[in-house]
Amino acid sequence: MSRMLKKLGMPLGVLLILVWCLLPVAWIVSLSFKDAAAVTNGTSPGFFPTDAFAGWDNYRAAWDNEQFRRAILNSLGISLISTFLSVVLATLAAYAIARLEFRGKKLVLSIALAIAMFPVVALVSPLFDLWRTLGLYDTWPGLILPYMSFTLPLAIWTLSAFFREIPWEMEQAAQVDGATSWQAFRKVIVPLAAPGVFTAAILTFFFAWNDFVFGITLTSTENARPIPAALSFFVGSDPFNRPASLLAAGAVIATVPIVLIVLVFQRKIVAGLTSGAVKG
Amino acid sequence: MSTAVVQTDRAKAENRLGQRLVAPAIIVMLVVTAFPILRALYLSFYNYSLAAPEDREFVGLSNYLTALTDQLLWRDIAITVMYMVVTVAIELVIGFVFAMVMHRVVFARGVIRTSILIPYGIITVVSGFAWQFAFTYQNGFINNWLPFVGEKFNWFGETTPAVVAIMVSEIWKTTPFMSLLLLAGLAQVSEDMIEAAQVDGASWWQRLWRVILPNMRAAIMVAVLFRALDAYRIFDNIFVMTGGAVGTESISFLTYRQVIEQFQLGMGSALSVLLFLSVLLVAFLIVKLFKVDLAQARGEG
Repeated sequence: MSRMLKKLGMPLGVLLILVWCLLPVAWIVSLSFKDAAAVTNGTSPGFFPTDAFAGWDNYRAAWDNEQFRRAILNSLGISLISTFLSVVLATLAAYAIARLEFRGKKLVLSIALAIAMFPVVALVSPLFDLWRTLGLYDTWPGLILPYMSFTLPLAIWTLSAFFREIPWEMEQAAQVDGATSWQAFRKVIVPLAAPGVFTAAILTFFFAWNDFVFGITLTSTENARPIPAALSFFVGSDPFNRPASLLAAGAVIATVPIVLIVLVFQRKIVAGLTSGAVKG
Repeated sequence: MSTAVVQTDRAKAENRLGQRLVAPAIIVMLVVTAFPILRALYLSFYNYSLAAPEDREFVGLSNYLTALTDQLLWRDIAITVMYMVVTVAIELVIGFVFAMVMHRVVFARGVIRTSILIPYGIITVVSGFAWQFAFTYQNGFINNWLPFVGEKFNWFGETTPAVVAIMVSEIWKTTPFMSLLLLAGLAQVSEDMIEAAQVDGASWWQRLWRVILPNMRAAIMVAVLFRALDAYRIFDNIFVMTGGAVGTESISFLTYRQVIEQFQLGMGSALSVLLFLSVLLVAFLIVKLFKVDLAQARGEG
């Protein structure tokens, strides 16, 4: 009995993970191919589109929506810029934490930790007020700044754990072998540090792409409104009566970048998540 | 650093460089958090509505008194704590099973990694939509698949089922994060120790409870701390799935509503301060209760 359980346990566990993770994704994809009218009338229940198959209609409709396209553009721009800036600042800080002795190191890590746990919504009221005074309300920088603040802790945390593992003495070894310090840095340290920086960048991008609280509170038009906020405003505010299939198509489009990143970099992301948060 | 007593020029320079390198990150982190929360503290003593900004007046602690004596706040806090406790408990179990599978499995590792990262990376709003539509009786499939609910059962009609639906979305989305943190902890448990226990005749169950779990305690505690504080801030799923209706509103949602829908910046700021303090309290309780040692978990202990 226990032998059989052992043999079957793994495949069963794997199956459980796959179903758990992919079922809702399959569902939203399926929904996005359902005919909009059939969904509104509730004539097409069940998991698969079957008789209410609408082809690419919903995708076309979502993509034809000017606001939706703007939101995708906003999200890409804002997320990429904040990722870049955040990773640059985090790299500097993490290098210092991993390599240098200085006063206040503990304080830096404590601040990072405190901010990682900060209740984002508590900032809504002061930032809303402040951004309107400063003219940052409904602009790209108005979102980039908070995204940076809230991704820096994760980036610093991940990167400093990563940098601590790098055999820095190799840099000197290369210099002894006749490399200039720039060459030593460029040819030895950069390739070793790149995977960590990269992981931090991906995690940062995920956060920025996912953010909703800042997205709905600090924007009011398509000027800066990112995709999660745009999806929630897609049609009116009645949460019980939405054009489900159209929304599903929009949601699938918004998920494509994430899936692409995950497909290409899954190994790096897992390594980054497991080394950054808990280091042994 | 045996010569730490002697402050050499080199050590001084290193100290300066280190502080310069961390300074930009610290400034950016504090500009958007510390400064606004102090401003919230200031605004919370005023009666300040964006609908009538000229009428701003100092009212002392009256916003706090109003909030703290209102049933609504306490109901929302109770429901928030419920979201936190239930989701984290369930995620801990499922996340641990996932971590065990990922740790032991020898085939399809790439596929598993990829699929577990999809809920992690997906937008919470999208997860909320997917689950909301899945639970609706008009279009969803859940009612058909679950044997114990009627075909026309309305999940969003009253508090308990609506809270369950929100929790399902929350759990689905965040279990991968939990399982990855636990996987990191699992990797730290020495295989030799597990084998030794096996040789000594310990059953699978005993090995789990006596060897594996105690040895990954730090990782579990960190995962619980992170996820609990994250769950306490629950907002996106509620916004998307119920809009806070039928008593599903969390403390974060209440604060949001005061500021954005009702433009009550004074009251909203008071709630922000209370939210901030309650997160501190929850963090403090978890750290004290479970004796989380973050430095030890990072291998700095």
